[in-house]
Amino acid sequence: MTTAPDPAPTEPKATPTRPGRRRRRTRVPTAALLVAPSVLFLAALFLWPIVVGVGQAVTGTDGPTLAHLRRMLDDPYFWQATRNTALLIVVLIPLQFAFALTMALLLRERPRLSSFYFYVWCVPLAISDLAAGLVWLSIFADRGYLNSVLAHLGLGDGYAWLSYDNDATMFLAVLLAELWRATSLVLVIVVAGLQNIPRDYDEAAAVFGATYWQRLRHVILPQLRPSLQVALILRTILGLQTFAVAQALTGRSFPLLVGETYQWYVTLQNERVSAAIALVILLMSLGTAVVYLRVLRDPAATGSGR
Amino acid sequence: MSRLRAARRRTILIHVACVAVTLFMGLPIYLIALAALSSRESLNRFPLSLLPTDVSTETMRVFLDSTGVIGGFQNSVEVGLISLALSLALGVPAGYAVARYAFRGREPYQLFLLLTRALPIVVLSVPLARVFLATGLYDTTYAVALLHTALALPTTVLITSAIFVAVPVEHEEAAMVFGASAPRAFARVVLPQALPGIAAAAIFTFVTSWNEVLGAAVLTLNRRTLPAQVLSTLADSPLAFRFAGGFALVVPALVFIAFMRRYLLNMWGTTIR
Repeated sequence: MTTAPDPAPTEPKATPTRPGRRRRRTRVPTAALLVAPSVLFLAALFLWPIVVGVGQAVTGTDGPTLAHLRRMLDDPYFWQATRNTALLIVVLIPLQFAFALTMALLLRERPRLSSFYFYVWCVPLAISDLAAGLVWLSIFADRGYLNSVLAHLGLGDGYAWLSYDNDATMFLAVLLAELWRATSLVLVIVVAGLQNIPRDYDEAAAVFGATYWQRLRHVILPQLRPSLQVALILRTILGLQTFAVAQALTGRSFPLLVGETYQWYVTLQNERVSAAIALVILLMSLGTAVVYLRVLRDPAATGSGR
Repeated sequence: MSRLRAARRRTILIHVACVAVTLFMGLPIYLIALAALSSRESLNRFPLSLLPTDVSTETMRVFLDSTGVIGGFQNSVEVGLISLALSLALGVPAGYAVARYAFRGREPYQLFLLLTRALPIVVLSVPLARVFLATGLYDTTYAVALLHTALALPTTVLITSAIFVAVPVEHEEAAMVFGASAPRAFARVVLPQALPGIAAAAIFTFVTSWNEVLGAAVLTLNRRTLPAQVLSTLADSPLAFRFAGGFALVVPALVFIAFMRRYLLNMWGTTIR
């Protein structure tokens, strides 16, 4: 830090509020020095493996080849995994947002014990998808807790929820486990967003006789938009990376894309096909991020005064 | 009168809903604890008992005695601490710069952070393994820690910059008016006020690292972290082992969240600004 001799006495006050921070060109060297290590580090850990990965995917022992890509595309598991991943995201995310919004609005009513509730609802934040898979395995296993409850109630003696020929219940188990694990992230983002919304608007609307639903639809949700957008981008891209939940619950019976990179790398010991699948996931995430940013940027720009 | 009744009914409904959500979130944790703390014999019975009638440490003991589990714990802690140190060393200065300086490229930098946060760096572990093999880092805790640092760094920058914005610049200026150099003013005045937030960022990194599975499994063979160890033995281990592994991974989460309750919104709720 000896390279940062000059203080910032002339720097106008950087007020804590966002609108106060305007682009000012001062002290390029200090700031650049502070930022540079993180840029270099991230660039190295992204660009280098991307270059290497492309090399792995399209070259063989004798020059460039498309064999690995073809092998990936010829593998039925690949298509099944693509379909499952897409299905999981499409079904999970709307459910998750509805659930998280409900939870956040419940907390906003400040019921008694609300801090206890918030704690319990946030616990899955720190739980990995592998752990979540194992937690729900104890419920959905053939001799697990769900079948035990059913048996106690005298409702049959066990259904194979996770068997490979019960596609629907397998999907349901993975869906529930993901809903349980990953909704907390949306919840925290939404709760943080709600805190930034002044209650006055809401109260004013109430004074003028707006019903709860009208206030939710016309006052709260529009102001929550930026938070919801961020949560949407993050959750979609994290959703693309789901795999250990399914691995723990079903093995390879419910393949997901990232699970396939793992299978090809660890079990089938083919790093080239594995790298090819990794690049597919990378491209899909990049595409999602770009599309979301494009689609969501406009309204965000008009609402940037928040 | 009827309005009062409606308000009461509303309160009751809210409570019922809260309890229902809490049951959904809490019950699975209770069940995995119950499974992990039952004896092997009672886990083989069917139907399983839903109440802790037969508490035993046998299942957990067997799990902890299995090959690679204690080592996995150690590796996980080691990787977590290295990632934490690295991501603070790289992220705190950057967060400070974003909070205090308006420099050319600040907006692109923030976009770059968002992008790196959004890209699935873990799937890049496959080519990274090749890179690490070439550089001799493969199968070390450092290799995994580098990946985890890259994973947590964007968030560290975001969290710390949010915290530095909240520390009044006047305090820093006052210190410098009284003759402190910039680094000294930072260390003496800004850092103490920002410390709780920096601790939150550190814990976020540790949790991220503790939970990451794919990269850790791909980048190591013998120095597996605990989740990687559990994952790699998943297919050929008995149910009791898997339940115990699940519980061992969940317990730290309970502790982290309990400690960090006040900072949850800062850690996970911080968004692009």
